[in-house]
Amino acid sequence: MVDMMALWENYIWPTAWIVGGILMIVVPVLLSVAYLTLAERKVIGWMQLRKGPNVVGPFGLLQPIADGLKLFFKETIIPASSNRVIFFLAPVVTFVLSLIAWAVIPFGPGLVLADINVGFLYLFAISSLGVYGILMAGWASNSKYAFLGALRSAAQMVSYEVSIGFVIITVLLAVGSLNLSQIVLAQSGGIHHWHAFSPLLPMFVVFFVSALAETNRAPFDLPEAEAELVSGYNVEYSSMTFAMFFLGEYANMILMSAMTAILFLGGWLPPFEFAPFTWIPGPIWFALKIAFVLFLFLWVRATFPRYRYDQLMRLGWKVFLPLSLAWVILTAGWLIAFDQVPPAGGA
Amino acid sequence: MIIQALAFYLFAFVAIAAGVMVVTARNPVHSVLFLILAFFNSAALFVLMGAEFLAMILVVVYVGAVAVLFLFVVMMLDINFVEMRQGFLQYLPVGGLIGIILLAELVLIVGTWAVSPEAATLVTAPIPPPDQASNIHALGRLIYTHYVYLFQASGMVLLVAMMGAIVLTLRHREGVRRQKIEQQLARKAEDTIEVVKVPSGSGI
Repeated sequence: MVDMMALWENYIWPTAWIVGGILMIVVPVLLSVAYLTLAERKVIGWMQLRKGPNVVGPFGLLQPIADGLKLFFKETIIPASSNRVIFFLAPVVTFVLSLIAWAVIPFGPGLVLADINVGFLYLFAISSLGVYGILMAGWASNSKYAFLGALRSAAQMVSYEVSIGFVIITVLLAVGSLNLSQIVLAQSGGIHHWHAFSPLLPMFVVFFVSALAETNRAPFDLPEAEAELVSGYNVEYSSMTFAMFFLGEYANMILMSAMTAILFLGGWLPPFEFAPFTWIPGPIWFALKIAFVLFLFLWVRATFPRYRYDQLMRLGWKVFLPLSLAWVILTAGWLIAFDQVPPAGGA
Repeated sequence: MIIQALAFYLFAFVAIAAGVMVVTARNPVHSVLFLILAFFNSAALFVLMGAEFLAMILVVVYVGAVAVLFLFVVMMLDINFVEMRQGFLQYLPVGGLIGIILLAELVLIVGTWAVSPEAATLVTAPIPPPDQASNIHALGRLIYTHYVYLFQASGMVLLVAMMGAIVLTLRHREGVRRQKIEQQLARKAEDTIEVVKVPSGSGI
């Protein structure tokens, strides 16, 4: 009897708790992905003086469900000369990687699945793995267009990861911890304490543009350049395998927005530290900030034409990399010169 | 804890199995993918030992950067897999012999390993106990504070290696037309576009 109790308390209950936590994160993320696709079509529709989807359900609210069902009932086609195992593995890798990163994202004070010390390194590691899904898809499809799209995408993601790494380092220098909750708490005290409104503002811009490139969004959507590559690395995919790529890509967009909100916009903190603002709970502020950054993603897509490939590489390697490297040295020098180095006990 | 032990054996087994598959897989792309799996499981073993920083760096550097380059190169290779396998049996005795010699040497080294009793007193930079500083702070203090000159020296070695690689592969080719970015950036709409009102029924 005691053994049963111990088993229950040591193994079954914690496992159930963690599985429940995972569901509490994954279900809202997938729902947001579904409604992000609707929001994208609606917002771009309004920007181009159209109506966007408005037929399925009130205001087109059931459109994502209709789209999902349609994809679900399509036939899964496997190209005859493809490498079957890797062909199936690629969308799974993309989808899983876009979800496991959410484990360390803090949604509110203490509201985090895994509050680990190396939180941002974990996020950085996961986002640097995103290349594999795309490379595997491009190679396993055994098709020229898919392969070209995969190569473009991989080169682009590897290039912009470098500047993202340096941007993260500048923030970490100012905070003195890799823990995401600590990074948010370091920005407490109102909107003027947020990193976006400090000398780190240029890094905010660099991070946002790099996030666009990292998620293969317009104006850097060369891997999917319809005019040249049909659709890039996912040409040969259909039905649910395609849907998993699609879900992974949009979940990555939301993840990048969450990272932006945590690094620069104060995470779950309200913009003002007085009455009507402090009544709203932290997770809602966090969701609002993510929605704001996502709106910027969509706005950029509706506004700018696609970059040429050599311009994209030049921006990454010759503009962002030196700028962010210089900002790392500037920040470190500033902190040392004015004796503002954060105490080491943080993490 | 049973769970920790189970996790250790799982990760260790998958790491070794993936290592074996790296060598035996017929397709080089599969080899690289198994190599990535092996890296992952080694990172998981680091996490089990409490070295979470090393685990993350292993994933970022080896899986996120080095293995991507491997994969890039291997995918672009145009080789005949069947032809590549032909000499396998012919080279097997030599390869096996080298493997056995290396194994014997390793066993000898590990078997006769001895740490000098004064080694603990010779440490110039004390390592703080794990409950006082996290992984990252302890490593940072060692690398960037106590051993900063050695760190800089290794940086110089890497820089020289990079310059060597560039010098070896750089070729100046004649007759290549390059993009002049300054010219492109300096172009204005007024310089290039002219709005002409064309009366109907006649050309410009």
